[in-house]
Amino acid sequence: MKHKTPTKRKIHKTLSHREESEVIDERYKNMPILLQDFFIELAQLSRFTVKFFLEIFKPPFEFREILNQAYKLGYQSLFLVGLSGFIIGLVMTLQVRPTMVDFGAESLIPSMISISLIREIGPVLTALICAGKVGSSIGAELGSMKVTEQIDAMAVSGANPYNYIVVTRVISTTLMVPILVFYADAIGLFGSYVALNINSNINIELYFYQALGALQFSDVFPATIKTFFFGFAIGVIGCFKGYNASQGTVGVGTAANSAVVLSSLTVFIIDMIAVQLTQIFVYN
Amino acid sequence: MTEPFAIRKPKSDDPQSSSGNEKVIEFIHVRKSFGNKQVLTDINFELHKQQNAVVLGKSGTGKSVFIQCIVGLAYPDAGVLKVFGTDILDGVEDEEDLIKIRRKVGFLFQGGALYDSMTVKENLEFPLKRQLKVPSRGEIKDLVLEALESVGLVEARNKMPAELSGGMKKRIALARTLILKPEIMLYDEPTTGLDPVTSREISELILEMQEKYHISSIIITHDISCAKITANRIYLLKDGVFYAEGAFDELEHSDDPWIRAFFE
Repeated sequence: MKHKTPTKRKIHKTLSHREESEVIDERYKNMPILLQDFFIELAQLSRFTVKFFLEIFKPPFEFREILNQAYKLGYQSLFLVGLSGFIIGLVMTLQVRPTMVDFGAESLIPSMISISLIREIGPVLTALICAGKVGSSIGAELGSMKVTEQIDAMAVSGANPYNYIVVTRVISTTLMVPILVFYADAIGLFGSYVALNINSNINIELYFYQALGALQFSDVFPATIKTFFFGFAIGVIGCFKGYNASQGTVGVGTAANSAVVLSSLTVFIIDMIAVQLTQIFVYN
Repeated sequence: MTEPFAIRKPKSDDPQSSSGNEKVIEFIHVRKSFGNKQVLTDINFELHKQQNAVVLGKSGTGKSVFIQCIVGLAYPDAGVLKVFGTDILDGVEDEEDLIKIRRKVGFLFQGGALYDSMTVKENLEFPLKRQLKVPSRGEIKDLVLEALESVGLVEARNKMPAELSGGMKKRIALARTLILKPEIMLYDEPTTGLDPVTSREISELILEMQEKYHISSIIITHDISCAKITANRIYLLKDGVFYAEGAFDELEHSDDPWIRAFFE
């Protein structure tokens, strides 16, 4: 019987995630190992992300699981995000107030805080909190599923584990992070109001009138758009790290940890790009 | 109820035990390596309908890789691998056709691989709700109940996997695999980590399922008792090839010391 080397055609795509044989082109074999590893990981992450867009429109559509994940990742983060938002608003106001009083500009504090909070601090800090809480949770959960062969069990039973596990979580984080940011901003403004009332006396109606009145479309819209990208990045990276966790409990821990680190870094990079684009297209 | 020390044998002791000689799985010169390590060197193997094949071998010889190739968890480097007569490595154009073939093959993982965020009932419902033709709610309920009755764990349906013992997890995992009525079952060390009594119960259950559902099976195990209870034919894997094959009694009394060592 002749030896037959199978051609890796469409069938290759149906195989589970276990087989990830990365062939290094001869031209790049002299590259430092760290750099090779970086580019390999980048390639794998890119493929993983592209797969999301291919799978999202394929049935079955796991609406129930999306709602379940939205509850776990979003609703269960409300307390942490709310508390953090309140403290941020409070602390920012307390820090800024003495300088503003010296310049006789105390009345500008509400608008200053709201612009800072809505444009930058609210989205970024909330995203970082989510990267820590949600990213690590997803990385650990999926890593644990990987090492206990639950993902493989789904694949061999004919279900689509990527669709059930990854697509649902990424959609949930993409939708929930903007909602959490909005919530954090609102609580942050309230925290700022409380801080102002420690030393002064300002009516809540007046406070919010000044705070919200200072905001323009160019403050709110770009900040809101980038939160969707934050949520997407946190979901994809958490799922990627967990889905590709190496065997054992060490692998699970590494997946959770590296999900947080990479998500946080990606949030900063996305923010940097978003600010540049806003400068170019909105303010110029 | 069987006597405590009586060994139930597969219905037919014919080494090629099958109704007819229809081959359901065929490995032809299959090779598989991981990096520089050649795990499967030249695997030639046939599984016939309703046959129970047990694969024995030392740890790390590629027994699990062998069955993983069948379900696509590992991809051979060379060779021909046929399932129900179709070359699944190179003979299938459509992804949907490949999935249909794979749905006829059940796989019992070593640890059970129960979905730990779901109850037992939800674990069993999960594969049913993701079939090409999804059964109605009533049908799903009946199928789940039937599966739990077949493994004797109806009372566990609302429990979480963390609340189950090792033996119960294996039974539920077996129920979850059998609920799809596969024609081939692959068992990856089904009795590992279990006490001798529970191991025997699982082995008896495997045999019972084979007789009830007319399933062909490949069982990877170190457990000689399990092999004795379940096997029509035993294959010994050594250095990436099948070193020997035969009935349990034949191999137990073999002249080859390496083969005899497994049975002592």
